[in-house]
Amino acid sequence: MEAVVFFVCGAAVIIGALGVIAGRNPVHSALFLLLTLVSIAVLYLQQHAALVAAVQIVVYASAIVVLFLFVITLLGVDKGEAPDDAHPVQQVAAVVLGVLVLTGILVLVHGNRWVTGAHSTRGALGAADSGNVETLAKSLFTDFVWAFEMTAVLLVIAVVGSVVLARRSGHRADAPSAEAHATEPGERSPA
Amino acid sequence: MSHLLALDPLLRGSVTWSVFVVVVIKVAVAFVILLVSVMLYIWAMRKVIADMQNRIGPNRAGPYGVLQTLADGIKLFFKEQSIPNSADRPVFRLAPYLSIMPAFLMFCVVPIGGTVSILGHQTFLQVVDLPMGALFILAMSGLGVYGVMLAGWSSGSKYPLLGSVRASAQLLSYEAAFGLAILGVLIQAGTLSTHEIVAQQSWTNAWSFVSHWFWLKTFVAFVIFLVAATAETNHPPFDLVEAEQELVGGFNTEYTGIRFAIFYLAEFMNVITMSAIAVTLFLGGPSGPGLGFLARDNVLNVWVMPVVWFVVKVLALLFATVWVRASLPRMRYDRLMSLGWKWLIEIAILWVLVTATVQVAIVEDWNRLVAASIAVGAAVAAYGVLYASMPKSGEQIEEFR
Repeated sequence: MEAVVFFVCGAAVIIGALGVIAGRNPVHSALFLLLTLVSIAVLYLQQHAALVAAVQIVVYASAIVVLFLFVITLLGVDKGEAPDDAHPVQQVAAVVLGVLVLTGILVLVHGNRWVTGAHSTRGALGAADSGNVETLAKSLFTDFVWAFEMTAVLLVIAVVGSVVLARRSGHRADAPSAEAHATEPGERSPA
Repeated sequence: MSHLLALDPLLRGSVTWSVFVVVVIKVAVAFVILLVSVMLYIWAMRKVIADMQNRIGPNRAGPYGVLQTLADGIKLFFKEQSIPNSADRPVFRLAPYLSIMPAFLMFCVVPIGGTVSILGHQTFLQVVDLPMGALFILAMSGLGVYGVMLAGWSSGSKYPLLGSVRASAQLLSYEAAFGLAILGVLIQAGTLSTHEIVAQQSWTNAWSFVSHWFWLKTFVAFVIFLVAATAETNHPPFDLVEAEQELVGGFNTEYTGIRFAIFYLAEFMNVITMSAIAVTLFLGGPSGPGLGFLARDNVLNVWVMPVVWFVVKVLALLFATVWVRASLPRMRYDRLMSLGWKWLIEIAILWVLVTATVQVAIVEDWNRLVAASIAVGAAVAAYGVLYASMPKSGEQIEEFR
């Protein structure tokens, strides 16, 4: 049963990943990305990481990819990209780096036993039927509270910074970005 | 995987054939119930609105026109389906299913009755009781935006695209308030499982609907949930997604035949699912007084009464939805956005903080009244500061010109 789920989802992950880079249309790529993310969520579920699976879907599948799609459809880049505008070295570099990363992963997998070894470096994730929420919350708000709060501050700074930057460029009425954002809700008065 | 679902007594131990059959029966029955209730809801909605507007409403197909929806469905099923030339065909075909799937999956975690026994197996009367059921609801309501968004984009035409852009902005905005409202319940319940949440609202005495059900304890969250859920389902007064006067028909303008019917079905399925979730989280789910003159383990008290209570509560909420649909005009788009971003989200965050404070006061055995009033006071002060620092609508217009 577990093997079946693993192979079906693994195949879906790989098909999705290939689709993301092979798709000519950015919207199709985003949809393949969605397939990959949801399949990975199922794999998390299989590893008894119910909370991570739920967060994966809430954050990645239903917020980030939606934002991707939002930007793609709003900015009108959904017409497909010309394949010849890539930098000449880019493709060679991509292949070389890809092989390097693959080698790195294989070497690491060979040296470690993540799949068959101990399940967690920080002890058991608690009873599976609580969906790991309690254990995770406890360690987030005790051992890692500093890192947790700092991440929150970092995110707020990033949001405020991007708003400031976006507003500054919005003053130029002739900027192309202002035109593309015209249909965005709340950005402009209806007048 | 079986450990994950072991909350339900059915799935403890080994999975035999009869267990498998029970699971399949539950899934099939839930799907059929949802389909039939959509059919009846659309009929009832048309009848009630007709009544409110001094009309007769559907009265030809079947007694009181109850088969009208079925007739409409059959008609749409046999109609020709057209795909515009400029459409993105695979996505155009995919979109309706993307919108109906989350609506059904969300219903799967809703408990519609107590613990019963089928084929000699004890089981909950809900398709599945996930350990993170509430998060699952959030995840599925988030996925719901894809159908609408991709339908509008793939149609390759202006009005649907505008409709889908509106929809995705609206759904993303209200998703935050929706999640925070659910959080208000989760903090008090201390669990994510829908079965557990319902169990905490069980009927113990005649005043349970005040003391045990979460609607009063989390009243602010309850109100925010109802508003946000209405916006999430694109129901009036938040139906800007398909504002006929401005957008022809919104995201589904180019859809015909059965694909259009599926969108229609998904929309009303969402309304029913959201009402069911509101009942589960705030109104005690299937809890209610049993028949006192019968034994507690009588088949009527175990099987029928919880389901009856659940259905009655869902019907009450659905009637309220129809009432709102018949009486409120559609909101203006900027009002919709400022309601979501400037009011609901802030109030929901502050409510979560107040709830958390009170919960800590209960655990630490502080004086609850003092803790609660300090928390509420701080929340009101915080909102005052926030509101004072918000740009007034006039200033905002100036800034963007």
